[in-house]
Amino acid sequence: MSETGPFRLPRGGRLIDRAYQLPFRFDGRQLRGLQGDTIASALLASGQLMMGRSFKYHRPRGPIASGAEEPNAILGLGQSGRFEPNQRATTTPLVGGMVTNSQNCWPSLNVDVGAVNNLLYRFLPAGFYYKTFIHPRPAWKHLFEPIIRRSAGLGKAPTEADPDTYEQAYDHADLVVVGGGVAGLSAALEAGREGKSVIVLEQTPVFGGRAAVDHADGQARIDALLADLRALPNVTMRRSTMATGLYDHGYLLAREAIADHDPNAGLPRQRLWRIRAGHVVVATGALERPLSFAGNDVPGVMLASAVRDFIVDYGVAPGRSILVVTNNDDAYRTALAALDAGLTVPAVIDARPSATGALPEAVRARGVRVLTGSAIAGVRGGHAVEDVKICSHAGSGDVQEIIPADCVAMSGGWSPVVHLWSHCGGKLNWHDDRAMFAPDLARPPTGHDGRAMATPVGAAAGDLLVGAADEQPLLPVWVMPVNATRKMKFKMWLDFQNDVKVSDVELAAQEGYHSVEHTKRYTTLGMATDQGKVSNINGLAILSKALNQPIPQTGTTTFRPPYTPLTLGTIAAEARGELFQPLRKTPMHNWAEARGAHWEPVGHWRRAYCYLQGAETPHDAVAREIRAVRASVGTLDASTLGKIIVKGPDAGKFLDMMYTGMMSTLPVGKCRYGLICNENGFLNDDGVAARLSEDTWLVHTTTGGADRMHAHMEDWLQCEWWDWKVYTANVTEQWAQVAVVGPKARVLLERLGGMDLSAEALPFMQWAEGEIAGIPARVFRISFSGELSFEVAVPANRGLELWEKLHEAGKDLNVTPYGTEAMHVMRAEKGFIMIGDETDGTVIPQDLGMSWAISKKKTDYIGKRAQERSFMASPDRWKLVGLESVDGRMLPDGVYAVAEGTNANGQRNVQGRVTSTYVSPTLNKPIAMGLVKHGPDRMGEVLEFPVAGAETYKARIVDPVFYDKEGSRANG
Amino acid sequence: MLTLTCPCCGISAEETELAPGGEAHLKRFGPGSSDDEFESYLFARKNPKGVHFERWRHAYGCGKWFLAARDTVTLEVFGTYKAQTPYPTPEIVAAIQAKRPDWKPDWHQPSVNTTTTPAESLTE
Amino acid sequence: MAEALARITQLQDLGMIQIRADLAALGDVIAKAVGVAIPAQTSVSTNGNRSLCWMSHDELLLVLPKPEAVAATAALTDAFGSSHSLALDVSDMRAAFSIDGAKALHVLQKLCPADLASMPQDGMRRTRAAQVACGIWRREGGYVLIGFRSVGDYLRGLLQGAARPGTQLDPR
Ligand SMILES: [Zn+2]
Repeated sequence: MSETGPFRLPRGGRLIDRAYQLPFRFDGRQLRGLQGDTIASALLASGQLMMGRSFKYHRPRGPIASGAEEPNAILGLGQSGRFEPNQRATTTPLVGGMVTNSQNCWPSLNVDVGAVNNLLYRFLPAGFYYKTFIHPRPAWKHLFEPIIRRSAGLGKAPTEADPDTYEQAYDHADLVVVGGGVAGLSAALEAGREGKSVIVLEQTPVFGGRAAVDHADGQARIDALLADLRALPNVTMRRSTMATGLYDHGYLLAREAIADHDPNAGLPRQRLWRIRAGHVVVATGALERPLSFAGNDVPGVMLASAVRDFIVDYGVAPGRSILVVTNNDDAYRTALAALDAGLTVPAVIDARPSATGALPEAVRARGVRVLTGSAIAGVRGGHAVEDVKICSHAGSGDVQEIIPADCVAMSGGWSPVVHLWSHCGGKLNWHDDRAMFAPDLARPPTGHDGRAMATPVGAAAGDLLVGAADEQPLLPVWVMPVNATRKMKFKMWLDFQNDVKVSDVELAAQEGYHSVEHTKRYTTLGMATDQGKVSNINGLAILSKALNQPIPQTGTTTFRPPYTPLTLGTIAAEARGELFQPLRKTPMHNWAEARGAHWEPVGHWRRAYCYLQGAETPHDAVAREIRAVRASVGTLDASTLGKIIVKGPDAGKFLDMMYTGMMSTLPVGKCRYGLICNENGFLNDDGVAARLSEDTWLVHTTTGGADRMHAHMEDWLQCEWWDWKVYTANVTEQWAQVAVVGPKARVLLERLGGMDLSAEALPFMQWAEGEIAGIPARVFRISFSGELSFEVAVPANRGLELWEKLHEAGKDLNVTPYGTEAMHVMRAEKGFIMIGDETDGTVIPQDLGMSWAISKKKTDYIGKRAQERSFMASPDRWKLVGLESVDGRMLPDGVYAVAEGTNANGQRNVQGRVTSTYVSPTLNKPIAMGLVKHGPDRMGEVLEFPVAGAETYKARIVDPVFYDKEGSRANG
Repeated sequence: MLTLTCPCCGISAEETELAPGGEAHLKRFGPGSSDDEFESYLFARKNPKGVHFERWRHAYGCGKWFLAARDTVTLEVFGTYKAQTPYPTPEIVAAIQAKRPDWKPDWHQPSVNTTTTPAESLTE
Repeated sequence: MAEALARITQLQDLGMIQIRADLAALGDVIAKAVGVAIPAQTSVSTNGNRSLCWMSHDELLLVLPKPEAVAATAALTDAFGSSHSLALDVSDMRAAFSIDGAKALHVLQKLCPADLASMPQDGMRRTRAAQVACGIWRREGGYVLIGFRSVGDYLRGLLQGAARPGTQLDPR
């Protein structure tokens, strides 16, 4: 089938469908693959062995693996918004029309300028960055860093928004089995037959794991298991779903590929499963280890298992002449698979002194030379393997023979995949005889009940000889040959992507790095995108040997989630664009939107900062709105104000504890302003409470305080005074609230009719219930602007109706909708504080000159004891004053007033700061408030506020009430 | 991410449905208390490695506060119980000791007759 | 294109009354006043077009046709008399949606951490949908989901997104 390349075998390939060819591009070249191919298998079939370059030396790189552990064949996939860097060619299914690109090379894969680093490898040893760029200091900032930044980094970040969608889903199961091989499917079947709810997650598109490739009866066993499982309705089987992490209390994350790289499907690209598992079976198999021999990174040197996967699964020849090098029996399966496919196996190089098991004998019977006690002394070849130098494993590399080959299949043994077991605290034991870490069943990860929440099975549990009991033991081989020279070790790769070699780890040990965690960071071993899947054990063994101590004493690095990278899209899922955050909208939101609302976020609410007319700037709009309110009448959407009902025989007593002031004595029908502190004494919220009936109060909070204050009240009621008879209800959203403000406010409301709002019927700080314009309403005569003001609350569904009627009826009065900024300026003109401006979590009411709002009669309220602490009672605290600019410039927000002298750090001492600052359109001058040491005693004094890059600001301390000090305007 | 069973509604809720509230069983000190008492009430927290008692609110649920006895190292949950108790209940103590035989309560529970609820002590 | 996983409809006609009381002591009073039996913990009980949802051990939500809300609130308040209790008409406070269709559960599974597949037939589950609080119970052919009115647009967007055609959660 030469249509898909010279290395496509004429027969075989259990996962491909030769009837469907798929065109794709690699570095601009048009190529063809087959349905069922991965990108790696399609490239190999096309004869494209080299798929990238390494990170540090830009060495040519071909794939060494066939699965998730692949460190080399890392590509950039897609274009523009769909471009995604660092994707593994070995796990990405080929899709027709795909555009793929190699990474880490410029100008091209074959001619790479960065490869000059390759010639300098003797000068780029472990810890190179730490050693070289320290001096002279300025050189780092101006010379080294810019250059390193340009050449460093793996892949390129996409520059456009991702056009794909992602989603998440939650699931729950008694048992989640991770891994759809024989071990996992068997465990699932057992649990399924017991009636448990079971989810099976398989990372690849195909169930079965290695069985079909490695065992003659493998496929039949899998088919039988699958048939039994599919008959169980309580078992859910998910393919293409990678379990990436296991967390506390059985929380498991898994990524399901739904329409990966198939943007035309109209489906979410991936789905992140958030599964709560009663128990997890870890059936994640094992990963083969490379062998450390000189030249083990030349393209064409691959893991033995990967070589047979490419042959059996995809009908692809990784080479025509495949030399096998091993320390165990399993790799002989690769020799047999190659022979079965009609490929040449010039020899099997086995480091063990003898190999007489069934598999080696079967290979010998096919006429293949088996060289025991042998090793590889070196691999020759630049962009591909040319020939291999053979030596005695016991020696130091004296070449005995040179064997031509274009592929080397290596096997250093297998490591159980223990990541999920380890993510949440499961411990491992080192097994010297089998040269591996395996789960210690006595120290499992534990769940909410203190019992094991995971069980490893099959190869993941260290049971590597499952179904092959006649295999002979492996010989641990960490360096090949045993007495390799220093020069050879310079060419023995451990971490293929990051270019960490045996020589680097030995150097780190020599320089005093004894902890594996430190060595990892110093050499970057295991810090590549495969996160040490290929390199960890080999690197650890080299370090142990260099330190002359056993492997368990050297330790192992901690496995952390995710097992393979998760794209950020799956973590964000629906939370983007319109749904990034829940936007809270009032009943009048759309009206405001249609009339130029300039939105301001207040918590999750959107409130109109101002309403822009024509080409007006926000600043102009705010000034216009304020003038209109002070001259005639305006309306503010105050629906976001918190509204909490507090009811019960003990409600008065309770509110006396919540507020600094006395609420229990408030007569029915009246309103009172109050302050709420936390137990630290600091001011937390403020607002007006109204007594609705003998046992019921309505508490208004700030916009941001509604949920917080309701939770605060419930906390004290449930956890401290649980025998008090009080019910609360947060009814913030039941009511739309409109502040009708200005000298013509009463005139306007009277036009709508329904209630007597005269000064006699409804005096200041009282409320009344009735109907306005036929809408049931509560009207509160309270004012945050200093003007005549009515706050009208109506059921939320009728809020827009009221608002529109006000604007209809008040046209001739120039009734003006105003926003939060006009509200802020008007309250500052009146010297009213604003929670969040004058308070910042360290301010007590006494600082704000609000002792009048603190009851002297009460023995207790939340915050009272704290306000008696010596620092709180100190006369030296900064206190609220007005600040009047001396030169007509508006003070910048938050600036500090300096005092004489400097502090211990050599900084100027400070004596106050600006908390609110505006230009008042009413007074036609800047106004400000601030907190100043001894402020109220220093009226008339001028303070200095130095600001970088500007002339020092100066302001005079004045009374904070700038406008209508007598308060007569509130009466209309 | 933890799961805790709310004792007020029986729902097993995950951490995102809950709001944490810090150490449980703090005794409130108000006006009239010494500086030391008040300081310890406001700031001194045990932060133990091991058995701990915590406040949680079933915020995305029944809205009620409850208490949890938990191991801060292993995250094992010994039990959850109502917030309206000045000390961990005997059942919770027994559940902890069944799993951690060496663990001992570090509080001295007054005998029943002399116990005043925090509410009473504040409202005479 | 295939059909959406479920039909999402905003329900405009639901009246709601928030009831807080000692349910052990006043359960009979409430049941009599509203004509619906007191639901078991985390359940809903229904009589005709009225349902009582269990919100917490001292809180119920009466769901009824909106025109009946004012009278029902008054009836409850009367029935309670001087007993410590609270009955509030909160009909305007929430956004309610029906999620109908064979795959309605899949839509909710994408948004809510609660194990809704195991919720009993008459269950009432308070949880969250993505970033906001919600309450969920079953109705003929699907579910009702309620949340706060200010996030009605957000909830609609979530539900419609989760119901996109072809996105059912069945294994592929
Ligand atoms: Zn609960």
